[in-house]
Amino acid sequence: MSSPAIEIRGVRKAFRRRERESGAPWWRRGWKDKVALHELDLTVEPGGVTGILGPNGSGKSTLIRILGTLLTPDAGTAKVFGCDVVTDALQVRRHVNRVSVEAAFFKELSPWENMVYASRLYGNTSRQTRRRVIEILDLLGLSKDVVDQPMKQLSRGQQQKVAIARSFLTAPSLLLMDEPTTGLDPRSKKEVQAVLDTLRAEREITVLLCTHDMDEAAALCDRVLMLDGGHVLADGTPDELCARHGAGTLEDVFMQMTGKTLEADEAEEVTL
Amino acid sequence: MIGVRGSEMSALFGFAERQLYVYKRYWVWEVVWLFYSIVSVLSIGFLASGLSSLGAGGGSFDLRKAQLYLLIGALLWGYLSLVFMEAAYAIAWERWEGTIEYTFMAPVRRVTHLMGICLFAIVYGLGRTFIVLLVAIAIFDIDFSHADIAGALVVLAASMAPLIGLAILTSVLPLLSPQKGEQMSFAVQGFMLLVSGVYYPLTVLPWPLELAGYASPLTYALAGMRSSLLQGATAADQLPTVAILLGMGVVLIPLGFAVFTWAERRAKRLGLLKRSG
Repeated sequence: MSSPAIEIRGVRKAFRRRERESGAPWWRRGWKDKVALHELDLTVEPGGVTGILGPNGSGKSTLIRILGTLLTPDAGTAKVFGCDVVTDALQVRRHVNRVSVEAAFFKELSPWENMVYASRLYGNTSRQTRRRVIEILDLLGLSKDVVDQPMKQLSRGQQQKVAIARSFLTAPSLLLMDEPTTGLDPRSKKEVQAVLDTLRAEREITVLLCTHDMDEAAALCDRVLMLDGGHVLADGTPDELCARHGAGTLEDVFMQMTGKTLEADEAEEVTL
Repeated sequence: MIGVRGSEMSALFGFAERQLYVYKRYWVWEVVWLFYSIVSVLSIGFLASGLSSLGAGGGSFDLRKAQLYLLIGALLWGYLSLVFMEAAYAIAWERWEGTIEYTFMAPVRRVTHLMGICLFAIVYGLGRTFIVLLVAIAIFDIDFSHADIAGALVVLAASMAPLIGLAILTSVLPLLSPQKGEQMSFAVQGFMLLVSGVYYPLTVLPWPLELAGYASPLTYALAGMRSSLLQGATAADQLPTVAILLGMGVVLIPLGFAVFTWAERRAKRLGLLKRSG
């Protein structure tokens, strides 16, 4: 029997910060733990798109970073295709790639140079890469002219498409998407969503999509987890969740469960 | 499908190639740095030339030798500090660009990552220093007829080992402190300039600094290079120096990686990888 794509048992993560009590003198600062994820259990089988919904500070990015081996949990275990994210991190990284809210690139370099670099890190040669870069960017609706321009000259939407292309170039089994459409204009958002839809239809891949866009989650996700304050509030397909709460949309479900909207909670992300 | 070793080799050259792309895009900066390196070395050369008008040329004082002594120090310091800072800035650079999480998520061993950066730094540093050397030879009419170039190159090659170890140790600083790590790297570089005998023998230093100088691999690299370039010490003569440098490398490289591994684990525990401000 094959391993689950993601298997999380009792994972907890807190961040320690030095804080001053209101009104206390400047030199009196104490350490405080801010819990980003309470004991979390989650199993995701291979294939499909699982949405993690929640406002800023709900623990979405912390979860993504733990699975990407960028954070170590304080307690519990997290496995990707049977490999532990702490003790077998190198093996986990062979399975995983990530698209985050900020398209992190060397801004002076072109998409081509950035993608060759990414490709080499995943063991591909530049000869194999050029053809695939053109193919993927074409699929994303980006012209060949864009390939050799510095990233800083591309629009946010174009940069985000290149970020998605970069992640697909490395053929991950698990794609972690951390708010990939946040900050994009409606047209770019739709294009990115369409690309994700097309690409997942073309290949065997498990996608974990963090978002606070309920419409995006309803359109793209086979399964949805709602997180708030580091706790899982709900788990099911979008239709199941709506039916369970007698709600018309996922936004309504979230409001019923928390008494707030996703946009209302703009608290600083716990993951720094 | 290439194996793990092929994959690591691909990544090793990937890091070096990325640095090449970055330098190509920032070529104006590189022209400025090259100009600065040339000006620095020429200033040191003219400083030596000016010593005679300050009355320092009498008795047994050999102005020509002093000039060569200082120029070798300036040239080597330019090269060694470039390699050192390139490797030491491996992490800081990724923080500026915001790519650090992607690099740390890649299926690449840290030794491959850091060695890839060092590989580029060594090749680039040699190229830049060669240009500065040509300018210095043209301006000061440097005579290397008594020099043993092979001996000097052997010392230079051996000095890379401890230098890389030291640079990896310093590259940990931005991981430990995202806000102050870069400045601390400069402080380490400055201290090495002070105690490593770049422009003067260690004996002129107060004893605590002199002691620190004996612990610096650059001291042995500079002393070895000078003895080959000024006194013609052969590669065979340099064996003790080479042994010291390689011995320091054997200690410093594993120590550098051990400290880096500890710092990476700490950064992942405390969530320091993302913080860039």
